[in-house]
Amino acid sequence: MADSASHAQPASTDGQTRRDFLLYATTAVGVVGTGLALWPFVHSMNPAADTLALSTTDVDFSAVQVGQAITVVWRGKPVFIRHRTPEEIAQARKDDSADLRDPQKDADRVKKPEWLVLIGVCTHLGCVPLGQKPSDPKGEFGGWFCPCHGSQYDTSGRIRKGPAPLNLEVPPYAFTSDTTIRIG
Amino acid sequence: MSAYKTNNKMVGWIEERLPIFSMLQHSAVEYPTPKNLNYWWNFGSLAGFMLVVMILTGVFLAMNYTPHTTMAFNSVERIMRDVNYGWLLRYLHMNGASMFFVLVYTHMFRGLYYGSYKAPRELLWWVGVVIFLAMMATAFMGYVLPWGQMSFWGATVITNLFSAFPVVGQYIVTWLWGGFSVDNPTLNRFFSLHYLLPFVIFALVFIHLWALHTVKSNNPLGIDVKSPQDTIPFHPYFTIKDLFGIGVFMMVYLAFVFYAPNFFGEPDNYIPANPMVTPPHIVPEWYFLPFYAILRAVPNKLGGVLMMFGAIVVLLFLPWLDTSKVRSGRFRPIFKQAFLLFIIDCVVLGYVGSQPPADTITLIGRIATAYYFFHFLILLPLLGKIEKPKPLPASISAPVLRGGGMAAGATAKPMEKA
Amino acid sequence: MQKLIRNVLAAALVAGAAPAALANEGGPELMKPGFSFDGVFGRYDPAALKRGFQVFHEICSNCHSLSLVAYRNLAAIGLTEDEIKAVAAEREIQAGPNDEGQMFNRPGRPSDHYIPPFPNEKAAAVANGGAAPPDLSLMAKARHGGPNYIYSLMLGFEDTPPDGVHIPDGKFYNKFFPGNAISMPPPIQDDAVTYADGTKATKAQIAHDVATFLNWAAEPELDARKSLGLKVLGFLAVLTALFYALKRQIWKNVH
Repeated sequence: MADSASHAQPASTDGQTRRDFLLYATTAVGVVGTGLALWPFVHSMNPAADTLALSTTDVDFSAVQVGQAITVVWRGKPVFIRHRTPEEIAQARKDDSADLRDPQKDADRVKKPEWLVLIGVCTHLGCVPLGQKPSDPKGEFGGWFCPCHGSQYDTSGRIRKGPAPLNLEVPPYAFTSDTTIRIG
Repeated sequence: MSAYKTNNKMVGWIEERLPIFSMLQHSAVEYPTPKNLNYWWNFGSLAGFMLVVMILTGVFLAMNYTPHTTMAFNSVERIMRDVNYGWLLRYLHMNGASMFFVLVYTHMFRGLYYGSYKAPRELLWWVGVVIFLAMMATAFMGYVLPWGQMSFWGATVITNLFSAFPVVGQYIVTWLWGGFSVDNPTLNRFFSLHYLLPFVIFALVFIHLWALHTVKSNNPLGIDVKSPQDTIPFHPYFTIKDLFGIGVFMMVYLAFVFYAPNFFGEPDNYIPANPMVTPPHIVPEWYFLPFYAILRAVPNKLGGVLMMFGAIVVLLFLPWLDTSKVRSGRFRPIFKQAFLLFIIDCVVLGYVGSQPPADTITLIGRIATAYYFFHFLILLPLLGKIEKPKPLPASISAPVLRGGGMAAGATAKPMEKA
Repeated sequence: MQKLIRNVLAAALVAGAAPAALANEGGPELMKPGFSFDGVFGRYDPAALKRGFQVFHEICSNCHSLSLVAYRNLAAIGLTEDEIKAVAAEREIQAGPNDEGQMFNRPGRPSDHYIPPFPNEKAAAVANGGAAPPDLSLMAKARHGGPNYIYSLMLGFEDTPPDGVHIPDGKFYNKFFPGNAISMPPPIQDDAVTYADGTKATKAQIAHDVATFLNWAAEPELDARKSLGLKVLGFLAVLTALFYALKRQIWKNVH
């Protein structure tokens, strides 16, 4: 009967307490269980084991002449490897003391000064900046120019002008020989 | 519909514009439910729960699945091996399909026993049959997606059913395939439809519930609700009972998922599809076996196909084929026996469907097929005329008020014990 | 009339032959040696996995591919990173094109899948008398009996087939293989490998180890699955008990 439960209420406060306790305990366990059950679904959208395993790229840069640059793929993103000229290196060092939005020394951004390795993704909204090919616009600072919203980077890949907040990111890498590096 | 009252301003604001709270109050809280429903009535809500689990796991599986003949098999194996908890999602989905059919078949047999298809619930029953058909189509197309040997040959055999139709048959099959054999276009469209149909089922379930809430639930006694004394509100009584049912069901379901995940599967489906080699013994998934047996029972191709579809179509006519005035099988002594025989017949058909065709098996299959249709087309119409039902109780609240109802009440007791 | 008699006779023959045909399809009952990963509490035996990998690597992999297993996966059976790199680098895989547009070969890496012994299925078939050795990644799931089938097949070879069984040239008799005539020559004998851990390499030991390894190749998630299952079912038991208790409480006054 619909109202039989309410009849019982005044008669037994003990029963009522027990029922409240059961209700809270069951609700708590049920909510925790539902939450835990959602985790496999959420986690399945994180990078899978095979994706994580592809996180290194070996690059042979022996053919890259001074002043040239190559673009390689690492984790599905372009990585810029630029063989900098002495002028570009000098300019980059000189600008260490310039008014930088994201202050960083050029020496902290390279392992060998003539090789600049950067993730070629604009830190504004993810476009690929121009400046790899000789015919590309390199912006006012001789580095890279992002065509999407006009961010300009210098010869150390530091942000100098435009909406991007940060310098072009340096990926983890190591020189495995004089002519090869491993990214990742 | 009782007026919905609230002190919460936000709820009130929404309610004035979209009466969703009063709808929930009306159909999920206050909904007057016969108080004598037994545990067989849990299977409807369980099936609804399973549909949600299938859609959820399916959507996440689709994020990592590739519907292309050269990649489908390996993309499923990548889900099993590389995707975080991918094996869990896939085994939940795979075993979930079997569980869904276990639940729905139980739900259907409950309806058959307690006469839940009879007036005024004919449309409710019809929508249920349509849901069943949509489920079969969805399950069949889903089984094709891993692109194993059984996937491929199952798809080939089942789509070839349509070639039985005279004149247009071959055109239909070519159209279904999008080519001259089961191939990439077929896989692509099956994936598309396999993703679509569950949402169609979801909508059909809403119509099913709408019809249910219009005519209200049947009950184990099969008699109409006579007074408010006969019912209790859905919440909390049936919400907690359904939750308990879900808990028990989940333990069974997950025991398969974690400890026998391939119990319902065929080893051959772990061999990539090969259009040049048919496996020596192809069988459909277990939930299709009785229909498969009916198909094979008829020596004529078109006849077999028509009989197989007829086995489901006959369910649509059931509300009129069963001529008995009494709904519940509990008060129908002969029907009870016939119902038992019918269940045995379905099991026999299932067994026959699982066996390679041989003469004795085919003979058993023919007898069982004949009995299947005999049950619906001859036995049920006849039983209503000749059977003398036991006296019905006066009301749900007082099933033992009348002397004659004594026995019925006594047998009813254990079933009703909640 | 004659036709009728003939038909009846034919039917009787078919009916009589049918059970025999069925029995043949099933073959003799598989050996069941018992595996560490059997049952609810069963888990892989790490030592057996490592031995089984050694068997696969030294013997099976000369003809069979294992395309769904990546070298990096071998970390799960206890190989160190350096061992994995060394195993991966044993074979070369085609890569490229390089800057000159040429394809080239490079040594395998941990992220590569097990490099197959033959460049393609046709080449595998030609090198093996017309029958391409099947990929073994899913063998433990793709045959009735799974690991028991692999174990039995390894030990089911007999030099002389029973009377009345004809084995064509280039095929071998195996009592557990469907049809009995298998293209694979008996792959293992006693001491076919020398186990690094000093286990005596009897034929049965080798068969058992490689069956364990191939089951892992097919079901690498087994350990995680069974462990998670215990936790989930335990949790559900508590939740369901609570549901039941609450249901009893709520329904107490309904008669």
